[in-house]
Amino acid sequence: MIDKKILDVNNLYIKYGKQEPVVKDVNMSINHKEIVGIVGESGSGKSTLIRSILGILPTGSSISSGNIIYKDRNLLEYSKKEWREIRGNSIAIIFQDAGRSLTPILKIGDQFIETIRSHFDISKFDAHDKAIDMLGKMRLPDAERIMNSYPFELSGGMKQRVAIAMAMTMEPELLLADEPTSSLDVTIQAQVVREMMELRDNFNTSIIIVTHNMGVASYMCDKIGVMKQGELVEWGIKDQVINNPKSEYTGSLLSAVPELGGYNIEERKSTRT
Amino acid sequence: MRKEKVPVLKIKNLTKKFNLQNGKKLTAVDNVSFELYSGECLGIVGESGCGKSTIAKILTQLESVTSGNIIYKNKDITNLKGEELRQNRRNIQMIFQDAAESFNPRMKIGDIVREPLLNFKLMNKREAETEAKKLLAMVGITEDFMTRYPHQLSGGQKQRVAIARAISLKPEIIVCDEATSALDVSIQEQVIKLLMDLQKEKGLSYIFIGHDLAVVRNISHRIIVMYLGKIVEVIDSDKLITDAAHPYTKALLDSVFSVKMKNKTEIESIKGEPPSPTDIQLGCAFSSRCTKCMYKCLKEKPELKEIGENHFTACHIF
Repeated sequence: MIDKKILDVNNLYIKYGKQEPVVKDVNMSINHKEIVGIVGESGSGKSTLIRSILGILPTGSSISSGNIIYKDRNLLEYSKKEWREIRGNSIAIIFQDAGRSLTPILKIGDQFIETIRSHFDISKFDAHDKAIDMLGKMRLPDAERIMNSYPFELSGGMKQRVAIAMAMTMEPELLLADEPTSSLDVTIQAQVVREMMELRDNFNTSIIIVTHNMGVASYMCDKIGVMKQGELVEWGIKDQVINNPKSEYTGSLLSAVPELGGYNIEERKSTRT
Repeated sequence: MRKEKVPVLKIKNLTKKFNLQNGKKLTAVDNVSFELYSGECLGIVGESGCGKSTIAKILTQLESVTSGNIIYKNKDITNLKGEELRQNRRNIQMIFQDAAESFNPRMKIGDIVREPLLNFKLMNKREAETEAKKLLAMVGITEDFMTRYPHQLSGGQKQRVAIARAISLKPEIIVCDEATSALDVSIQEQVIKLLMDLQKEKGLSYIFIGHDLAVVRNISHRIIVMYLGKIVEVIDSDKLITDAAHPYTKALLDSVFSVKMKNKTEIESIKGEPPSPTDIQLGCAFSSRCTKCMYKCLKEKPELKEIGENHFTACHIF
């Protein structure tokens, strides 16, 4: 496989109002079919960074300098109309709380069909079939029932999978995921992570995943970036980041992760004698 | 730590059912019994909806029981009322998952920590002030935070204030309901260390509830694994990895992502989701997701039985 560059972020600065920038001088590039993880503590600017890629920064914040090149074009020069064409079609996003990104008063089916029809000019009937097909690909059992339920009737894991299915319908080339598994149980998290890794093989998608879970990042990513107070302090191939981190901060972050095999927090004896 | 084990808290055949709007009953906790020893940290893990938070609420008496007994130091505290109940709350305190939401946003940090002391009329305002300072110092928060409001603190700091408030009444038992789940790993590490240090210093007993096996294992001496309102396994935490017997415990262990794990080792996840607790089926609750399900599992509910020293499991395989 030839490494084809799909996204290039150069010297990006983002700030809220007139405050200190929250994203400082970030450089990274993502290749075709690559899974990139961005880890860091809360407030380190990782969510702001990936939101800027899709041009959905919250009001009051702006990119003060730098550029984001998506397939040889600067995303920052896109007009509103061009943005509409690219969002969802070639770049899609999954949010942390899938429950909140779905409309609570519409059935999953209605929302799904609406999403599909706003991108493709097809009949409701065909859109329905396509939706069922996508839900099946996300290994959701009983797709018909899901299409006919309201979001509150589904569990967190199912909602997250519906959101991923919706994001994947247009077969985007780049999928952004903002803490997609953080609000899920460990068993469901494992299922969703596996399914996201299969997306790459089935749809040739590049994925940028923002997470605070080092374990998830090291399991699924090819490259890992570590953010601290807006700066990308570490960027490299997974094995190198995990085994020989260049930055001291990455090391301390890694040692703070509780491990199952062995007490790394503190050696402690059991009450049993 | 201690040679003789004295249970401070005994839970016997605890059952909690909630009435639903459509007349059905939701069994959140189903016939659960366990003991908490003095100076011990007992971990409870399970997926969401398995009843672990309901247990926390029942122990702190925020929720009544449907049947069963809670015995605190040879005294049945299940159905206390009025002043007796109020006084009993001093012994069992709780730390909530989201510290920010358990604070009154209009109260200053100093007042938040002082309030329980004043509420139980343990001291006058001035004494409470010095005591609050001491408590905050114990959790590593300096005096100048006393006049700040909760929203001016970070998540980790708020969690420490919550700990300071919980220990202010010198309780014997602290129930931590997902106390570190909302925190970043580095902050989580600090909070866990703090909890461990306080335990050593004050001889507290913890019930530590969480869904992250790695965290719970690191802090606990014994671990209770729950599934759909029932205990499926009780095991010493140092034996968890090697001796876990119940298929569900194994599945939970396999779902944990580790940094050190190589990509080659496949994550073996169990499929599907827990069944609804509104209609408990015949037989083992885990049978719908279990890979080792037998005919017997569909017909008969497994009972908790001892399969090793201090190791109990509820599964027909054993």
